[in-house]
Amino acid sequence: METTPLFSLAVVTGILTAGIRLASPYLFAAIGEMFSQRSGVLNLGVEGQMLMGAFTAFYVTLRTGNPWLGLLAAMLVGVLMGLAMAVVSITWRAVQGISGIGFYIVGMGLSELLFKALLGEVKVINTGFNAIHIPLLANLPVLGEIFFRQNIMTYMAFALVPLAWFVLYKTTLGLKIRAVGENPHAADTLGVNVAQIRYLTVTMGGVLSAIGGAALSIANLNVFQENMTAGMGFIAVALVYFGGWKPFGVLFGALLFSMVMALQIFLQVYRFPIPSEFLIMMPYILTIVVLVLTVGRVRSPSALTRPFVRE
Amino acid sequence: MSRFIKWFSLLALLALMLGACTGGQQQAAEGGKPFRVAVVMPSSISDLAFSQSMYDALVGIQQEMGGPEKFEFVYSENMFKVDDAAAAIRDYAAQGYDLVIAHGSQYGTSLREIAPNFPNTAFAHGTTNRTFVEEGVKNVYAYEAASNEGGYVNGVMAAKLTKSKIVGIVGPIDVGDAKLYIEGFEKGVRETDPSIQILKVFTGSFGDVALAREAADAHIAAGADVLIGTGQMVVGAIAAVSEQGGKVLWIGTQSNQTKLAPEVIVANQVYDWKVVLREIIAKVKNKQFGGESLLITLKNGGLRIEFNENFSRLGEAKPAAEAAIQGIINGTINAVP
Repeated sequence: METTPLFSLAVVTGILTAGIRLASPYLFAAIGEMFSQRSGVLNLGVEGQMLMGAFTAFYVTLRTGNPWLGLLAAMLVGVLMGLAMAVVSITWRAVQGISGIGFYIVGMGLSELLFKALLGEVKVINTGFNAIHIPLLANLPVLGEIFFRQNIMTYMAFALVPLAWFVLYKTTLGLKIRAVGENPHAADTLGVNVAQIRYLTVTMGGVLSAIGGAALSIANLNVFQENMTAGMGFIAVALVYFGGWKPFGVLFGALLFSMVMALQIFLQVYRFPIPSEFLIMMPYILTIVVLVLTVGRVRSPSALTRPFVRE
Repeated sequence: MSRFIKWFSLLALLALMLGACTGGQQQAAEGGKPFRVAVVMPSSISDLAFSQSMYDALVGIQQEMGGPEKFEFVYSENMFKVDDAAAAIRDYAAQGYDLVIAHGSQYGTSLREIAPNFPNTAFAHGTTNRTFVEEGVKNVYAYEAASNEGGYVNGVMAAKLTKSKIVGIVGPIDVGDAKLYIEGFEKGVRETDPSIQILKVFTGSFGDVALAREAADAHIAAGADVLIGTGQMVVGAIAAVSEQGGKVLWIGTQSNQTKLAPEVIVANQVYDWKVVLREIIAKVKNKQFGGESLLITLKNGGLRIEFNENFSRLGEAKPAAEAAIQGIINGTINAVP
């Protein structure tokens, strides 16, 4: 019986390729959540928004055969889910943690209900976003396979990171978002419409979470199953803390988490002599360790979870 | 006015949530006294796996017994939180159902607490062999599947079909029914061709479809060309297999998964709980409310191998599989891991 050595080039390439693909839904959702939190709103409904996005994208793609329409429909649903969260948390000033959990349950329940009513059974589609080989680059040894043969939504997820950085730090809008999240009263005095900025970020968060769900159902998997996000939305919220509310920090966290996830799978395939139960825990243990090590180094937005009331 | 809108929207939301949480109901017609069953399940009735196998059996029993007038059943699905399930079990018992089924071994501890409070209600619990009778609980049936038997047969088929001599397993957690099935599979592969390499990944979750997909991809990258798996999350693995365009095959279990990817699925071990349900219902009607452990096997027909007759290479595997089934039924093959 022949066994491939665990750390051969082929295996490492496999781990990195899988890690990058696994990271894309987390990136969309976590970058969206980051904007929301930078403006002072904690949205714990990410999981529900992802599920609704995943279902909508899958259903529309299945019916029309066009994944772009599926993605567009998911974004519209994301707008609605985001706006609903914004109304509750900004206009009505509900406690954000609790209303977020409420939206998680609504999103999960509604996606289950729609799945039952419209599909009724699990289906596999072959019309989702397939891997794209980027000309020339895809043929590079090793790097080609890892970076340039992914599906379009993975490229979009990674392109989102510098874009988010640019918006947050190099535009007036980004300045307003940060101001509203740090000191909404000062921002208000300077003529920034706090509610408007927060509506924008929370709605954008909804859209990005829904896109993250779509990345799962019509790009990475081409399947929809009830509750298929299996806690990814909550990991995405944790990644925002992990990443210190910075786009590249979030990217680092998402990559680290996904890479370790991919690594533990490959360790099992190549029969690394550690019980599977321990390997399965690895990504989570690592996340906790890094969180503990980074605590105190970064500060959360001062107005996070605090509704704005003009005095 | 805005206050009105606020309350109205909150109420609407609440209604939506409640609507989403309540399982479907099948009401019996008035008149007569139907046999009433309530079942609590951890996942969805359309999961193509564990919960669906019980739902399909209940639908079948209802047809056998003459429709909703004779046999009424209600269900609560997606009860992945044990506390919620316990509340549902207690509620159904209080509502006077003749038989309350807790379809998930994780519900055992709760059932052990609840059952003694309802001595005139029969409970059933699976998959396990624990009836708690030795602890003085007299009204709990246990049921389980000898899933290692179908696992063995699937192992024989995988060994016949693999060209790379590498097969892969995508499992949830290394316990219970999944463990039994996987160990039966490994035994079937080894006893057919000991030179075959068996790769194995546990994802740590019954629900993580994305991870199941990566596990399947990792197996395929390592050269596996026949995969199996168990748990609701395997649809992700099946999608990965399906994308290989026929180079990699899948053999299923728990429910018939063929329609997910008809061109690459060889066969499925199908659980038919009707066999144990018939027996339990007959006993409950005779006022025996529990204390027995029942098993579905290839021999009693509770386990079946359903071949995908349209699969192009079925001929290479089916005769050996049928021989293995016969061997297990007449005792010449020992499928116990």
